[in-house]
Amino acid sequence: MNPLPPHLPDHPDRLWRSAEPKRSYDVVIVGGGGHGLATAYYLAKNHGITDVAVLERGWLAGGNMARNTTIIRSNYLWDESAGIYEHALKLWEGLEEDLGYPLLFSQRGVLNLAHSLQDVRESVRRVNANRLNGVDAEWLTPEQVKEVCPIVEISPDVRYPVLGATFQPRAGIAKHDYVAWGFARAAADLGVDMIEHCEVTGLDVRDGRVTGVRTTRGPIAAKKVALAAAGHSSVVAGFAGVALPLQSHPLQALVSELLEPVHPTVVMSNAVHVYVSQAHKGELVMGAGIDAANSYRQRGAFHIIERQMAAALELFPVFARAHVLRTWGGVVDVTPDASPVVGLTPVEDLYVNCGWGTGGFKATPGVGWCYAHTVATGEPHPLNAPFSLDRFTTGRLVDEHGAAAVAH
Amino acid sequence: MLLIACPWCGPRDEAEFHYGGQAHVAHPDDPAALSDEEWARYLFFRDNPKGLFAERWSHAAGCRRWFNAVRDTATNEIHAVYRVGEPRPVNS
Ligand SMILES: Cc1cc2nc3c(=O)[nH]c(=O)nc-3n(C[C@H](O)[C@H](O)[C@H](O)COP(=O)(O)OP(=O)(O)OC[C@H]3O[C@@H](n4cnc5c(N)ncnc54)[C@H](O)[C@@H]3O)c2cc1C
Ligand SMILES: [Zn+2]
Repeated sequence: MNPLPPHLPDHPDRLWRSAEPKRSYDVVIVGGGGHGLATAYYLAKNHGITDVAVLERGWLAGGNMARNTTIIRSNYLWDESAGIYEHALKLWEGLEEDLGYPLLFSQRGVLNLAHSLQDVRESVRRVNANRLNGVDAEWLTPEQVKEVCPIVEISPDVRYPVLGATFQPRAGIAKHDYVAWGFARAAADLGVDMIEHCEVTGLDVRDGRVTGVRTTRGPIAAKKVALAAAGHSSVVAGFAGVALPLQSHPLQALVSELLEPVHPTVVMSNAVHVYVSQAHKGELVMGAGIDAANSYRQRGAFHIIERQMAAALELFPVFARAHVLRTWGGVVDVTPDASPVVGLTPVEDLYVNCGWGTGGFKATPGVGWCYAHTVATGEPHPLNAPFSLDRFTTGRLVDEHGAAAVAH
Repeated sequence: MLLIACPWCGPRDEAEFHYGGQAHVAHPDDPAALSDEEWARYLFFRDNPKGLFAERWSHAAGCRRWFNAVRDTATNEIHAVYRVGEPRPVNS
């Protein structure tokens, strides 16, 4: 290889040190997506636990963290959900300052459209529930929807007319890569080891207690192991014989070419399975629904994209001439009640955070905060206690299908 | 999009089918006799392997019949298709 020509600038500073795995850690986090990185950061920052490794089979945040449509909101129905998602939203509001890193966090509001009488009733109920929980929420008529987002078609003469929408003004978007980099940099500064290309292939369990992990880069002992493997959670928990109520599905999204600013907010529609925002650079970002069949392939079926585009065009006729630039998929871990699983497992010192399905990006700082508490103290944080694995046995489900089903 | 061979109609686009999740999950003989733990297993827990998975499909926009398939969830390759009531093929 030729040496670099002398006129080229030096490589910019690395955001974090790439570490070699040590033989043991106080805490090993499996999965270097947003949740794993945020958990590492808060373990170090809030609990002073810095002998921590984040193990990532690919590159940091190359999973769903790099593939999501970045919608952030907290307008979920039940008190339990409002608790953890609103905690996350409050953290988002101070996160750029806390991490000392720009995140392009933009509180441009989110509209959740209602297209049927049933939608209207559920939406109004959700607005009332949100307000009781201190979450900002409004019910808007079709005309008010048009004021917030002038390009939405509100004519009654379409297949699924817009009958109104819930609006959360504090909701919005952020730049997912920057969020991952911000957490990784801040955690590494506090002493956390970021270890990429290190796949966990086994968990060592002795007398009902986890003692370490097997990896493609050798065995690593650990006092505690925190799983944060999103779509692969069933696989890694299975190494310790822990069954999770998850099904892994592909979820797709796409972007258009760069356009002038036309779309000032975020619009989501559960009924027609599409959600749309415009990124800072100018691309329209659109998400679809999950593929019905289980799969670990990071690509989905084309007919899903076709339906999603049909829905988008009915809502936004102005998009008719826009071109799709790129489509992609991630693998999401879906639970029976559309709520996550965060907490202890039947194996001692083994913790699980999974089941965020199609909507875990928005929770990144909140879940990092609460999961770090759970791992550090060995007790669930009050905000994730309702999301324990045993709710499927006790029957205390947190059914968020209305607020989360397809959408984010 | 998957190309799925309905045992009655032959290969058709995935869009014609409806997915039914894991195959061979029997309803408990005596539900009242189960512990909460066992009932939760039946109700909420399904296998989620990265690899071979026996699953149900219905040819919703075709003959409307249910059947089973063994598909590799890591590659989406379908290894076998068989009728309801038949055992899962051994080599797949
Ligand atoms: C197309 C799409 C759109 C979405 N849109 C939104 C949205 O608008 N708003 C929202 O809130 N959420 C959204 N989500 C969901 C959100 O992306 C996820 O819920 C969230 O990213 C999950 O947490 P994570 O970031 O830690 O996951 P990931 O980034 O997937 O992290 C898990 C990591 O674990 C690693 N891993 C797996 N197995 C192993 C192993 N054996 N050893 C080591 N490492 C391993 C993976 O490589 C991966 O990097 C969307 C998801 C997709 C796919
Ligand atoms: Zn058929």
